Amino acid sequence: MDDLRTAIRDYVVREYLEEGDPRTIEAETPLISGGIVDSFSMVSLKRFLEKTYKIRIPDEQASPDAFDTVSRIAELVERIRKDTPVPAP
Amino acid sequence: MFSAGVRERYQQDLRGIEEAGLLKRERLIESPQGADICVEFPPGAPVKRVINLCSNNYLGLSSHPEVVAAAREGLDARGYGMSSVRFICGTQDIHHRLEERLTTFLGTEDTLLFPSCMDANAGVFEALLGEADVMIADRLVHASIVDGMRLCRAQPDTFKHSDMGHLEEKLQEHQDKRARVVITDGVFSMDGDVAKLDEMVALAERYDAMVFVDDSHATGFIGRTGRGTHEHRGVVGRIDVITTTLGKALGGASGGCVSGRRELVEMCRQRARPYLFSNTVPPVIVAGALKVLDLIGSTTERRDKLEENTRYWRRGLTELGFDLKEGESPIVPVMLYNAKLAQDVARDLYAEGIYVVGFFFPVVAKGLARIRTQLSAAHERHHLDAGLEAFARVGAKYGILGKGRKEIVETYGA
Repeated sequence: MDDLRTAIRDYVVREYLEEGDPRTIEAETPLISGGIVDSFSMVSLKRFLEKTYKIRIPDEQASPDAFDTVSRIAELVERIRKDTPVPAP
Repeated sequence: MFSAGVRERYQQDLRGIEEAGLLKRERLIESPQGADICVEFPPGAPVKRVINLCSNNYLGLSSHPEVVAAAREGLDARGYGMSSVRFICGTQDIHHRLEERLTTFLGTEDTLLFPSCMDANAGVFEALLGEADVMIADRLVHASIVDGMRLCRAQPDTFKHSDMGHLEEKLQEHQDKRARVVITDGVFSMDGDVAKLDEMVALAERYDAMVFVDDSHATGFIGRTGRGTHEHRGVVGRIDVITTTLGKALGGASGGCVSGRRELVEMCRQRARPYLFSNTVPPVIVAGALKVLDLIGSTTERRDKLEENTRYWRRGLTELGFDLKEGESPIVPVMLYNAKLAQDVARDLYAEGIYVVGFFFPVVAKGLARIRTQLSAAHERHHLDAGLEAFARVGAKYGILGKGRKEIVETYGA
């Protein structure tokens, strides 16, 4: 896992798993369809990504499908970062 | 038009629900609600008298003769229906009287009746909060709260179940919002545990947040005089909004309310859509509920008996070797973890004359299937002893007595 995926995975573990939860989160672990993150609690994940990576995720792209695995979330972040112009220094 | 193709689509969806083992079937009860009920299940089967261990009839008042008589008098004195919403021509003197009585009972400033607590929860957030605000809810709150939050433009957030450290992080994170509301159930309906309202109120006061509690599974019996979770945790007068129901301990018919700070209740009167656009609570229910408040206001006998029944039942099941969720409320979940096992055990208990229901995903988390037993002040010792004997036989049949999560999951799967 690269840095981006590790950071997302760590946030998911910290935010959504209870202490002592035996489940492990891998890059392809289904988060929403697997019942780890409910669609309602997904909002905090979206906010974390926007704040940490200084991006804006349009609501229509923050779908349960796009947020279902660490890999897909990372791809979404990468895509949005690529499309966002970097301000001049 | 409802074409053959459209019909086929719905039939397919229903088959999908059935194949997933999630189809809900109603059981016909051919008697009043109580500790003993007559049930026809499956439809067409002979009617069977069984012990009810899964109703919200916590105080045993659903068919209480004095409540029924008061309802009948109310029917005669104020009629059957009002054919109106509250603010047009649907408010009688008895509606106001009941609101005042609930305010006194709950120790709040004001109360507004709703057709149900589901409606109260559906309307309250949208009426009170806007885009600049945040709602921070426990992750196990009731579905009606989730629906109410979805209808509101304030930002939603959640904290891990009963985790005060996580709640504090969220309160810190949202200090930039105009208003913060911490949202919880008083007693959680599936687990039966009691919210840490004292700690929650302390955090809310520290971080300038309001506190909202749905006390539907507590009003009438939790706390020394049955006022609810806020009494149990010693924070009466410090909860900003309480929603609760008349549909459980308080007679069990229907109806709910928003109770709390005067201005918040008044905002609901002005803006809560289920209050504005749905019929008034029928006079017959209001009359019955007034009698319920008379009964539980004059003595704590019923809630004391319920507490004693809960202790006896919990001790009995523990001694038999069942794996229970810890808790102090009359909701006692027997953990079975596997969805099919929960359904099989419930079916066999029914054959033994005990009416309980298995709960599994999506009602509870995956791998945490259970039978939720619920005690009532209507239960006598013989009901509970018969229940324990049946549980002992069925538990032995499935080899789960004395077994914990790991062993049950090893045998039956998660």
